[in-house]
Amino acid sequence: MPNLEHPAYPAADLLHLESLVPCRESQVSMLLSIFGERQQFSFPSIFIYGHTSSGKTYVMQTLLTTLQLPHVFVNCVEYFTSQFLLEEILSQLQSSSSDAEQTCPVHCDTLNDFVRLFKQAVASRELQDQTLYIVLDRAEQLREMEANILPAFLRLQELTDRNVTVVLLSEIVWELFRPNVQCFEPFTMYFPDYSIGHLQKILSQNHPPEYSADFYSAYINILLGVFYMVCRDLKELRHLAALNFAKYCEPVVRGEANERDTRKLWKNIEPHLKKAMQTVYLREISSSQWERLQHDGGEPGQLKGLSAHTHVELPYYSKFLLIAAYLASYNPVRTDKRFFLKHHGKIRKTNFMKKHEKTSNHLLGPKPFPLDRLLAILYSIVDNRVAPTANIFSQITSLVTLQLLSMVGQNDQLDGPRYKCTVSLDFIRAIAR
Amino acid sequence: GCFVFKPSTKKRRSSEKTAHDFRSRSDDSEDTELRFVTCQSLWNQIKSETEQIQEDLNKQLLDNLVSFLSRSHSEFQEKTTEWTCRMKFREIPTAALVLGVNVTDHDLTFRGLSDVLQDNITPYIALLEAKDCPGIKNLMQKLVGQLMNCDTDVDSLEDEDCVQVSQNRIRCSMSSLISWYENVTKKTDSETPSKKRNSSSRHWQSPPVVVIFKDMESFTTKVLQDFIVISSQHIHELPLVLIFGIATSPMIIHRLLPHSVSSLLCVELFQSLSCKEHLSTIIDKLLLTSRFPFKLGEKVLQVLINIFLYHDFSVQNFIKGFQLCIVEHFYSQPLSVLCCQLVDVKKRVYSLSHDQCENIRRLPSFRRYVEKQESGKQIALLTNDSFLKEETQKLLEDLYVYHENYVSVLRCLHVFTSSLPKYPLGKQIRELHCACLENRVWETEEYESSLQLARMLNKTDLVTMLQQCVEILMSSSGKEFDKTVEKLKEFLTQFQNLEEASQERDVSVSSQKELQKKTDLYHLQKTLLELKESRRSKKLTKFEMLRFEVVDYIDSLVRKYLVPADNRTLHEIVYFNAATVLRGHLNAAPRTALHTALNNPHWYLKNQALKCDGGGISNKAPDICIVYKLHLECGRLINLVDWLEAFSTVVMAAEEPNADAASSDEVDDIIHARFIRAVSELELLGFIKPSKQKTDHVARLTWGGC
Repeated sequence: MPNLEHPAYPAADLLHLESLVPCRESQVSMLLSIFGERQQFSFPSIFIYGHTSSGKTYVMQTLLTTLQLPHVFVNCVEYFTSQFLLEEILSQLQSSSSDAEQTCPVHCDTLNDFVRLFKQAVASRELQDQTLYIVLDRAEQLREMEANILPAFLRLQELTDRNVTVVLLSEIVWELFRPNVQCFEPFTMYFPDYSIGHLQKILSQNHPPEYSADFYSAYINILLGVFYMVCRDLKELRHLAALNFAKYCEPVVRGEANERDTRKLWKNIEPHLKKAMQTVYLREISSSQWERLQHDGGEPGQLKGLSAHTHVELPYYSKFLLIAAYLASYNPVRTDKRFFLKHHGKIRKTNFMKKHEKTSNHLLGPKPFPLDRLLAILYSIVDNRVAPTANIFSQITSLVTLQLLSMVGQNDQLDGPRYKCTVSLDFIRAIAR
Repeated sequence: GCFVFKPSTKKRRSSEKTAHDFRSRSDDSEDTELRFVTCQSLWNQIKSETEQIQEDLNKQLLDNLVSFLSRSHSEFQEKTTEWTCRMKFREIPTAALVLGVNVTDHDLTFRGLSDVLQDNITPYIALLEAKDCPGIKNLMQKLVGQLMNCDTDVDSLEDEDCVQVSQNRIRCSMSSLISWYENVTKKTDSETPSKKRNSSSRHWQSPPVVVIFKDMESFTTKVLQDFIVISSQHIHELPLVLIFGIATSPMIIHRLLPHSVSSLLCVELFQSLSCKEHLSTIIDKLLLTSRFPFKLGEKVLQVLINIFLYHDFSVQNFIKGFQLCIVEHFYSQPLSVLCCQLVDVKKRVYSLSHDQCENIRRLPSFRRYVEKQESGKQIALLTNDSFLKEETQKLLEDLYVYHENYVSVLRCLHVFTSSLPKYPLGKQIRELHCACLENRVWETEEYESSLQLARMLNKTDLVTMLQQCVEILMSSSGKEFDKTVEKLKEFLTQFQNLEEASQERDVSVSSQKELQKKTDLYHLQKTLLELKESRRSKKLTKFEMLRFEVVDYIDSLVRKYLVPADNRTLHEIVYFNAATVLRGHLNAAPRTALHTALNNPHWYLKNQALKCDGGGISNKAPDICIVYKLHLECGRLINLVDWLEAFSTVVMAAEEPNADAASSDEVDDIIHARFIRAVSELELLGFIKPSKQKTDHVARLTWGGC
């Protein structure tokens, strides 16, 4: 295992850091060597990518805080406009420089202002000799801001002429970012997924104080055995581990088994975890409901999940409208005459059979249809006469707002609006009953 | 909004003006003022009643929600440092509130909800609607604005502060929200107990911030995702609780949010009462009661129920329709002044004017009544006002008694019919009510078949039904039911006696046993045949006799009390029966109206000259009508030149019967201009649009185009 070594930082700090970031030592040492010493200029921009919960944010944060490097940490989802983002960076800079003093709100509309204010802020903090790190989490959001933001951050060192390094964290690869040809290429770095061994190690690390590490590690082993197939998200796994641990401990608490009796414990927990995978993991029932169930010792069967409530009660004509929309979406126009006309004449069987498409229309998805066709089908499937009242039309609109229908190409209302039916066959079957 | 419909009448105007409106139209009577006042007071009564009902119905749901909310952040309150809490991911507590598709009713529920929350849980509530939040930025703005304002509502003292805040442009970000929250909670903490207000003492130290998404379906995925991601990062500093108002099914959560986002939520499901049950309660409490003098006729009720069931499922709209009925009744019926509580009737009857007496004499039901009287009384009724008034009062009292009895007997009958297989008379009491109002219910086939079925009921059912009937009749205010109750009780005791008697003889059982003994197929068949024969010819058992008696008795009650209201004298005073008016108001048909206006202008313009016969196109009609009629004959694409030709032919036809050759090849400029104008009017109405396929053609947008 590569021990973290760097001449610029005390060995104790590095050791502590190493204990905090298990399974990410190589990445950390790589980063450290890029960062260099405190006053050395570093690479202008670093791009780190990797899958969800592969420790990007966590590693950066622990690295910067344990070594006490000056840094600014911003989440781009939270500061959704460039103005917010820039102002937030500046205000974090200011607040860390003068804690007691109430920071006045900064106004920063453009990048030009930002560079100017940034220089001021850096000067007031008196850290010209140290590298300042600006970490932009969820950097993929930057692409949706003004076109100059991303290139400017990549070259911030050059623009401000200060010792600053921008670190971009993202879940997608750099190729999807590259704004234009001339942009500065950052140093890209990949954080690979944790392997099952890694997960085991990390999860076992913080065991509850009441139980031994071995006991908890055995539990994690079982947990991973069940969940690793479907979920590799560390956060989620940790959450699930915490939720189900009480159940695992139950035999021990009752005195039926001791901590070493792994087989017995496994028998107890395994069906429980499987049930958890079908319910809590999918968020069919919430974790607090799950805990209450565990506490009361009830069966999860009595609590219906979210998807159990699929039935939607609709008014009479809404039902027919929806059915008509479904028919219009999935039947080709040329069959309308055959299906909905009383005297459609003879079906030319051979011809029809020959043309019959191999692929089911359900595989192709719903097709758009004009309003007139919807109404025509409606009139033919409803037994009694339907007057085209305002209520019928408003029902179509309400079906659109309920997302049961969707409007296609909503540029012009007058221009014969076209709709699509977005519900499934099962839904229609339930309604048609 | 969806399923929206705005009742199109004069409501919510200033009261004086409405009173004036009442007078201006109904010139034939001077009771307008009184009618207006009666109408208002009646409506207020009904309104408060409906609000009460709705509150009661929502109580269960709201209680559940309140307990959920108070539970949701209890961990946050206690600040536990237990291992599980540390390890567990902090999810955002979320209530998924399934409210049904009647979106118009949701407002009321949400208002009730926020009131209850404000009283019990937290002052910090934000109500968000999808139409205000097309992007995350707008959402944050709305949220921050609402939260900070609601704070200022509570703290009216710190007005200067809030003005300052609004002046220097609040930064609508989560961090500003967090600092605001810290400030607010700190303030309530530091306040001395003496200064502590009433409201804050009911809430906890750090009350949760409740964000309500009124119409979850309409929010865009991105906005919701971003908001949830952002707020989940700050859940430790800002105890948020989300409430999703869902109209369809909770599946929408999974459809809108990917797993990575929905795993940040801790969703619990709450379901509101079904709107059909809601309607049943409303009908039960508003219509099937003698508390309110105003009644709905069968057709009107049918219209309202149909709109509810076929179109919108909205209880609000039903009540609005009911309100419209009240207004319309008091507005159009001069005698509605007598539609008041029984105590006031006497006074009002005696203060009727001569004109009003004439109005009474003109009522069809009264005429029928007069015809049945002997000649001396007939003359008195038709000539003597004071005699008429006396008689009217008596009749109105009769009508009142009829109502009381009607409702009780209707409920009894419903007890019977609602337990029959296949429900020949309907499952709901409203269906039965409609059937009874429509015509003599005992003459219908359904009634006949339900009686047949009732004659086959088993004993336990019958006894429980009879007991229910006794309860209903006992609780009713009608005075005539003493004897009926006695009779029913007698039936009950007879049943009881029967039970004792039947235990002694078990003839049929023994024959059954015999049957089990036989194994030979031939013998078995024979005995079965015998059994069948004997059963057919067997005299009715005592129980069956009694059952017949009971059913016959119920039948006699129905015949006596459930007479349709149309047959009652003076029913016009309290029954509103103008279904066509109501339908015109509530179930508008814009296409039909437009077509009528353009096809038959006489209908609206009332100009004799426009009265046309058959399919011919009159040249006296407005230009747009001519153009419209001509365009009906065309296909999807209309050639403008041909159209103009046809138009000018129609117009010229009458003006210059002896048209010269000169005018035929060159169209008059004025006619050309009129044509262009009419065509652009049609375009404005959305009948046609310019086509890109052919330059000198326009495309039809309406029927017949395809």
